[in-house]
Amino acid sequence: MVQMNSVKMVYDSSGTEALHGVDLDIHDGEFVFLVGPSGSGKTTIIKLLTGEVHASSGEITVNGFDMMRIKQRKLPFLRRTLGVIFQDFRLIDKMTVYDNVAFAMRVVGASNSEIRERVPYVLELVGLKGREKRYPRELSGGEQQRVAIARALVNSPRMIIADEPTGNLDPVRSLELMLLLEKINELGTTLLVVTHEKELVNAFSKRVVAIQDGKIISDGMDGYFSYEIE
Amino acid sequence: MKLSRLGYLIKSGFTGIFSHGLMSFATVTITMACLIIMGSFGLLVVNINEMIASLEEENEVVCFIDESLTEEEARAVEPLIEAVANVSGADFVTREEAMSDFQDDYDPALFESLDPSVFRHRYIIHLTDISLMESTKAALEDVDGVAKVNAHLDYAEAFVTVRNVVSIVSLALIVILLVVSLFIMNNTIKLATFTRREEIAIMRMVGASNGFIRCPFIIEGLVLGLIGSLLAFGIEWALYSLLINEVVGGVAAALISLLPFSAVMWPLLIAFTGIGVIVGVVGGSSAIRNYLKV
Repeated sequence: MVQMNSVKMVYDSSGTEALHGVDLDIHDGEFVFLVGPSGSGKTTIIKLLTGEVHASSGEITVNGFDMMRIKQRKLPFLRRTLGVIFQDFRLIDKMTVYDNVAFAMRVVGASNSEIRERVPYVLELVGLKGREKRYPRELSGGEQQRVAIARALVNSPRMIIADEPTGNLDPVRSLELMLLLEKINELGTTLLVVTHEKELVNAFSKRVVAIQDGKIISDGMDGYFSYEIE
Repeated sequence: MKLSRLGYLIKSGFTGIFSHGLMSFATVTITMACLIIMGSFGLLVVNINEMIASLEEENEVVCFIDESLTEEEARAVEPLIEAVANVSGADFVTREEAMSDFQDDYDPALFESLDPSVFRHRYIIHLTDISLMESTKAALEDVDGVAKVNAHLDYAEAFVTVRNVVSIVSLALIVILLVVSLFIMNNTIKLATFTRREEIAIMRMVGASNGFIRCPFIIEGLVLGLIGSLLAFGIEWALYSLLINEVVGGVAAALISLLPFSAVMWPLLIAFTGIGVIVGVVGGSSAIRNYLKV
C-alpha cells in the first residue's frame, strides 16, 4: 500500500524540482500503470518509494513505513516488502538463473531448505522451469527479465515495482511479460508498472496514473487516452 | 545466526580474496613487510631496555670507602649510602674480597704477593634509574667516609640516549607503517567492493542488512591481515634466531646480550595478530562504508 500526500521533491545537488505536490494512493492488490514522458518524475517516485531518496516535503507511507521519518537501519526491512524490476534486468552474470534467485533469499537470511523449496516454485511460476542451470548471457532478453521477476517475487513482497520492464523487449515479449505481471497481481501482489508504451498500457484495462512535469495530470481506468505524450 | 548464513558469508569472503589474487597478494606482502619492520624495531627497543635493566643491576657504580676507616666503621656508612636518592641497594665488599675478585679476574700467579691493604673497602651500588647516574654519583661523593665513586657515566648515558632515540624512531615508524598498511588494506577491499558493486546494489535492493553486506568484506580483510601477520611472525622468528646465533657465536657476545626468542615469542605473536586483525577489520569496514549509504 502506498500513500503519497502533497509530495514535493527538489534534488539538492542540481536544484531540480522533480515533483510539485504529488498525491497518489495505491491500495493492496491493485495493478497500476504509471505513465509519462522521460523527465516527468516517474523514476523519482520509484526512488522515493524504495527509500533511495527522501522527499523534500509531504507525506509518504509505503507498506506501513513512514518514509519521511524512516531510519537508515530500517530501510532493509522496508525493501523486503518490495520487489523491484528494472529495464536492464540487473542480474549477476557469474551466477546461474537458480543462484540469481536464491541469492535474494540468502541475503535476507533464508535457510537452505527454504531456498530449495521456494526457488523452483517461483521459477516455474515465471515460466523458467528447466532453465535453472543457465547463465543470464545464455538467455533471451525476455527470459532474463523473467529471472528478474522471479528474484523480485521470491521473498513474497507485498508490492512489486517495475521500472520500464519491457524497455528492452520486442512487442510480443513485452505483452507476454505484462501477462505474467498480471498473473502475479492476480495471485495477490500489488503491482506498480512504470512505462511509456501506450499500446501495451491500452491492451490492459487497468488504472493508469499519468504524470507530467512533476504533477499527476490524470488518474483513472480509461487507459492512456486522456494522456498524450509530446 | 544460522549456520548456512555464516557459511555463505565466510565463503564469499574467501571468494573475494581469490577473485583479485594479485591485489590480495600485494596486501598480504605489504602487511607482512610493515609488521616485520615494526616487530624488528619493537624487539630492538625491548632488547635495549633489557640491556639497560641489566646494566642497572650490574655493578656499574662502585663507592670506595676512605682507607683510614676500619671494616666496622666502613660498614656503618651503609645506611647513609642507602639513604641517597635513586640508590636501590648497596652491597658491602671488604678489601679482602675485593682482592680475591681482582685475582680471579687476572692471572693469580702474577698477583700472588698482593696485600689486601692496597684495596679499599667498597660498596657496590644498585641504581633505580640509570639515567640519573650523574646526580647520584655526586650525592654519593658527599657522603661522609666515601673517598671516591666510580661510575661509567658515558656508558650509561650512551645507552639511555640510544634507547630514547630508538624508542622515538620506532614509535614514528610503527605509526607510519600502521597507516600504510591500513591504506593498502582499504584499497584492496575497495577493489573487492568495486568488482562486486552490482551484487551489493542487488543486496541492498532486496533488503539485505548493512551488516550482512559488510560481513564478507570484513572477513576478507581479516583473513588477509591474519595471513600477513602469521607470515611476518614466522619470518621475524627466523631473522631473530639467525641474529642470536650470530651474536652468541661472534665477538659481539661480550658486549651485547639478546633475549632468547622464547621470551618475546608470545607478546610478538599477540601484537602481530592483533595489528593484523585491526588493520584488516578497520581497512575492510572503512572501504565498504561508501556503499552502505542510502
